Amino acid sequence: MKNGTLTFVGLGLYDEKDISLKGLEAVRNCDKVFAEFYTAKLSGTDFRKLETIFNKKILILSREDVEKGDKIIKCATTESVALLVAGDPMMATTHIDLRLRAIDKGIDTLLIHGSSIITAVAGLLGLQIYKFGRTTSLAFPEKNYFPTSPYDVIKENKTNGLHTLILLDIKQDKELYMNANMAIRLLLEIENIRNENIITKETIICVVGRAGSLKPVVASDTIEELKKRDFGPPLHSLVIPGQLHFLEIEALEKLAGLPSDIGKKLQKL
Amino acid sequence: MGKKEDNIKKATNLMNKLEYIRNIGIAAHIDHGKTTLSDNLLAGCGMMSEDLAGKQLVLDFDEQEQARGITINAASASMVHNFEQKEYLINLLDTPGHVDFGGDVTRAMRAVDGCIVVVCAVEGAMPQTETVVRQALREKVKPILFINKVDRLINELRVTPEEMQKRFVKTIAKFNELVNKVVPDEFKGKWNVKVEDGSVAFGSAYYNWAISAPYMQKSGLSFKDIYDYCAKNDQKSLAKKSPIHEVLLDMVIDHLPSPKVAQKYRIPHIWRGDPESALGKSMVETNENGPLALMVTKIIMDPHAGEVAVGRMYSGKIVRGQEVYVSGMPKSNRVQQVNVMVGPDRIPVEHVSAGNIVAATGIKDAMAGSTVTGNPEDEPFERIVHVSEPVVTVAVEAKNMKDLPKLIDVLRIVSKADPSIQVTINQETGENLMSGMGELHLEITEYRIRNEHGVDIVCSKPIVVYRESVAKKSPHKFEGKSPNKHNRFYIEVEPLPENIIDAIYTNKIPQNVKKFKNEAVKVLQELGMEKEQAKGVFGIYGLNMIADVTKGIQYLFETRELIKEAFEEVMKSGPTANERCQGLFVKLVDAKLHEDAIHRGPAQVIPAVRNAIYGAITISDPVILEPIQKVFISTPQDLMGDASRELNQRRAEVRDMTTEKDMVNIDAVAPVAEMFGFASAIRSATGGRVLWNTENMGFQTLPKQLQREIVSKIRERKGLKPEPYPAEYYMG
Repeated sequence: MKNGTLTFVGLGLYDEKDISLKGLEAVRNCDKVFAEFYTAKLSGTDFRKLETIFNKKILILSREDVEKGDKIIKCATTESVALLVAGDPMMATTHIDLRLRAIDKGIDTLLIHGSSIITAVAGLLGLQIYKFGRTTSLAFPEKNYFPTSPYDVIKENKTNGLHTLILLDIKQDKELYMNANMAIRLLLEIENIRNENIITKETIICVVGRAGSLKPVVASDTIEELKKRDFGPPLHSLVIPGQLHFLEIEALEKLAGLPSDIGKKLQKL
Repeated sequence: MGKKEDNIKKATNLMNKLEYIRNIGIAAHIDHGKTTLSDNLLAGCGMMSEDLAGKQLVLDFDEQEQARGITINAASASMVHNFEQKEYLINLLDTPGHVDFGGDVTRAMRAVDGCIVVVCAVEGAMPQTETVVRQALREKVKPILFINKVDRLINELRVTPEEMQKRFVKTIAKFNELVNKVVPDEFKGKWNVKVEDGSVAFGSAYYNWAISAPYMQKSGLSFKDIYDYCAKNDQKSLAKKSPIHEVLLDMVIDHLPSPKVAQKYRIPHIWRGDPESALGKSMVETNENGPLALMVTKIIMDPHAGEVAVGRMYSGKIVRGQEVYVSGMPKSNRVQQVNVMVGPDRIPVEHVSAGNIVAATGIKDAMAGSTVTGNPEDEPFERIVHVSEPVVTVAVEAKNMKDLPKLIDVLRIVSKADPSIQVTINQETGENLMSGMGELHLEITEYRIRNEHGVDIVCSKPIVVYRESVAKKSPHKFEGKSPNKHNRFYIEVEPLPENIIDAIYTNKIPQNVKKFKNEAVKVLQELGMEKEQAKGVFGIYGLNMIADVTKGIQYLFETRELIKEAFEEVMKSGPTANERCQGLFVKLVDAKLHEDAIHRGPAQVIPAVRNAIYGAITISDPVILEPIQKVFISTPQDLMGDASRELNQRRAEVRDMTTEKDMVNIDAVAPVAEMFGFASAIRSATGGRVLWNTENMGFQTLPKQLQREIVSKIRERKGLKPEPYPAEYYMG
């Protein structure tokens, strides 16, 4: 019996053309292709286009399938299997877990990277990756669940002069993607509860939409200005900048439309 | 203007003169004559024809109650009485006498400030006398005593005048003894009844006369006169010279408190809100101009007006067209009609103010026990402590499939009107379960569904309701994993100490531990819980408690409501037989959480905690508890053997046996499940010569040898596999 393999293939950020050549090769050569789109999704394409490009059938896994993992692991014990994941695969804890369990079963695993939102956001805004603190995410509020801990992360980063990348929740099964406007509203709501003056109308915030596409949205202004602006279709991400380097201010002005009067004020600080 | 109309006018005029109002109830052991007394009070005040009184049973306006001769529904009536040249308004709430309807009694007690306890002169204080006295005192309702059926003492038992006096002394002493057992400290010694001060009356409700010490002075009648009138069989003259409504209503006015006096000490007892708030102050002062607070004690179904909410106004005014909130409900209701009740009649008025009893329509969200206010944020009244909970269940089916939607509606209405009926509607299986206090309680409800709501139904044989608990502390902590495996919760369970269960049951520990944290911690420490553990308690559900005893786990606070949700889910349906849990102390001892909020949402935390609690119960000797009841039997000596035999076949335990002349009184405890069909069995065994009654007294661990059998029986009935899952099943 031949030994199986499990290859995690990052699809990159936006559409079917973001996969690396190495990834494409791996997919074409494997026995079975699985994909999951609940941790992230490619907003510029759908899996049928991927199937056409790969000339292979793709089996979509639900959240339960990935969390349990038995289906894919069973396949990978005897066959070469590829799991397609939007972005860069190991950015989701579940995939690390899945890889570890595959190793326990004696399956060879391989990782083929894709571009990630973590670097793309910083890159589009011209912010320096060294200056980011802990990343946080905003969850859709549910009955009995309204986490306010992102506020602590933002506060802690701000205190240390660091930027905060804020990822926004998606609910694949309900086709719900949190947009920047809702995220800003939630942040203001949390401020209302916590009342520590971390998020105000004057707070400068950055919005990135559809990173990886050829026409991404990149914006930076005060919350007051951005909370009503329409940023188009998903996915969106936010950054609340900390202490800005002069080069970062210039980048925000030129790349993200930060008003020059705000830029000037920031340069003086 | 007829006397009734005249009275209605007077009553509405008296409504805001608080010192001239009394809100009272009448309570008694079954058949001691409570309803006859209520009717004669009403008749005496001109609310119904005197000839019909004692025969018409106005307060028993439920057709079925009259047929059975017992009172099922507590209805209310207002009357006007003249005392020392002043007119008084007396609001009377009738309360049911059968213990199966204990829920109604306790709710009615919440609405009154004083209570006439009726005791039969022949039988003396009986078990339910004790129950009603306890119910009254628990709500800080002041009791006074009426010794009824004195005529039977004279004419049937032919006691001598001396013997009669001796019996009275004995009954009064027994009554005071009952009071002293449970009276709140502040009233110790003050709430005993005495012949001399007129807080005891004697008489015959049926023959419409009564006498008290003050009334003897007023009328010149003596005990001897009364004896003679009865012996001569001329009770009509007695009723003229010393009419029952005069004597008893004098006694009520003289000895029972006005709302203004009573609310001062009752509000802090039945309401846990801030006494310094506008509402708190207004209730203590019975201020009709303050914010609205109404406690609903009963929902009556009226064929024309629909649901009528009857209750006590504690503060403010309720006005036609007003927007009001029922606590716990999101939207406001518009009050349609505001009435005062006179027997079966509702008299529409413009408004009803604090200190009175109101019957209002339009408050759609209200159920018996609800608090109605003008502001959704207001603190509701304390949960009413029920002396007993539903222990018997039947499955209800519509005879004709087409009636099914209607049946579901009817079941909902029935449980709204009588919250001691619990209804479980299962949309998937179509099986609808109805639980109540006992066989009779369910039979009556079935009758109502058929006859009042016009839905023909088929009911299964009754079965008892069980509870799940544990026999020991978990030997180790049990780990529950979230579906994504990134979160782990560690749980231990142990039996909750009896004194804490009791304190939850009697509301000594506030149900809302989050809101009344300091108070809860204080009470728990007084009951012997360690401070750290007491501080960790964050949820109470049924008679179960959950505490967080972890230290410094980041983000845990964000998941607290989810942990509570999982806890409640398990408490509603335990792992052994999907029955409710009771007496469990669930402790969260450790947790490991994912860094990111999205990875520890409801879909992850709830299943993880649920499995951890299920598993912890499974490793801690899970046990099934069964409902038990007190059984009192009074049998002639020669039938003792037959009565004992009946008990012995039913796993009954005899606690005490006393002999009184040629009668033997047996005091026993038996499982409710074994008592089904007892009524006809003992009747045929003893030719109906044995008197008996029962009273629910909670749950007790099922004997070990029966556990397995009962568990698989319950599980099979519920369509589960016969054996509960092993602990490994919950490890994930």
